[in-house]
Amino acid sequence: MISVFQQHWQELLTGLGNTILCSVIALFFSLVIGSTFAIFEVLPSKFLRIIGRIYIEVFRNIPLLVIGMFFYVVVPQYVLPMDGFTAGTIGLTLYTSSFIAETVRAGIQAVDSGQMEGARANGLSFMQAMWHIVLPQAFKYVIPPLGNQFINLVKNSSVLAFVAGFDLMYQGDMIASATFDTFNTYIAVGVLYLIITLPLSYYMRYLEKKLA
Amino acid sequence: MNSFAEAYTWINFRFLLEGLWVTIEVSVVSIILSSIVGLFLGIIRYIRYPVVSGVVGVIIDLIRNLPLLLLIFFTYFGLPKIGIRMEPLTAAIAAMTVFESAMIAEIVRSGILAVDTGQMEGARANGLTYWQGLRYIVLPQALRKMIPPLVSQFISLIKDTSLATIIVLPELMYRAQIIYGQNTRYMIPMFVALAVLYFVVCYALSLVASRLEKRVG
Repeated sequence: MISVFQQHWQELLTGLGNTILCSVIALFFSLVIGSTFAIFEVLPSKFLRIIGRIYIEVFRNIPLLVIGMFFYVVVPQYVLPMDGFTAGTIGLTLYTSSFIAETVRAGIQAVDSGQMEGARANGLSFMQAMWHIVLPQAFKYVIPPLGNQFINLVKNSSVLAFVAGFDLMYQGDMIASATFDTFNTYIAVGVLYLIITLPLSYYMRYLEKKLA
Repeated sequence: MNSFAEAYTWINFRFLLEGLWVTIEVSVVSIILSSIVGLFLGIIRYIRYPVVSGVVGVIIDLIRNLPLLLLIFFTYFGLPKIGIRMEPLTAAIAAMTVFESAMIAEIVRSGILAVDTGQMEGARANGLTYWQGLRYIVLPQALRKMIPPLVSQFISLIKDTSLATIIVLPELMYRAQIIYGQNTRYMIPMFVALAVLYFVVCYALSLVASRLEKRVG
């Protein structure tokens, strides 16, 4: 395993960098999209509630691989060309946003309804109250589950290997098929994934205990 | 629209359905095996048996924090190096069972921890042994709390069987790729079929679960 690191540290490091890059980009956009649909779900408008529900249920119940492959093979054919990294990151963003929407919605609903009523009574509009009063409190509840979503995101980013996204899993697969040393290469790749996910996972467990 | 009519011939459709059957087969076997192993490991982790619980805990944390895809690769391409050779179907089930057992163990542990400690104390005060208290008082209550996270885990498992396409397991995703590989005009119809088939299976499971939740809750 050490020799894999010694001989292929450059490829592995590139892969690790791409995995982190794609995870951070996908986290940012899925937070934006996920929170938007979470707000849709608590809006008074029945139409937007239904739109929010459909979006969440569709992307939660279809495999990430299907979504990622759709952007890798279908979209470039008919809509616009994109590389594997972009296609994979878009797929990852859409998939994760549905889980984040569920998490944020639960957070919003955990905030006492008196907060919204108080804000409205003080003259704030619905969106102002949501943005300044409810969401900041909701995010406190959802930090540990969001952290766990991020860990899932990092692990799920391995589907980039299917779409030539040059992530850690893809690089590992390339090294493995070039050297035939599959056993040690995959262990090395596993160690690199654990370097990202394990500290995060312990930190989230600590936060959960602290906030509980 | 013409490409839909061309793509959805009975032969193609039957080919996909056979794939769906493989998907369901792998899912059901993995769900059963990992529920048993996960329950067992979760209890071991909860009872804090010296050394054993600690070691089990570390192994669970390591597996949970790895991508399932890596475990599938390792099982099918890595293990033959040390003499363990498996068919794609066995390798997929083995990798999924190992991964899901670790995930379920964590769900079981937090489910048991969520049961009020007074329940166990009350059981012991009424003359039940520790194991009886766990079996008849704590576990049934924990199970009720575990249903929602367990169901989302099972849904993830069904979706994740699509990753086994990389080790040429002839499941739904793999077969769809074969069909649209013959003719690019079949791409959109195949992705629609994939989305619909996976959605129906996963959404049906979540509906059954929410009904179950209402009945026991």
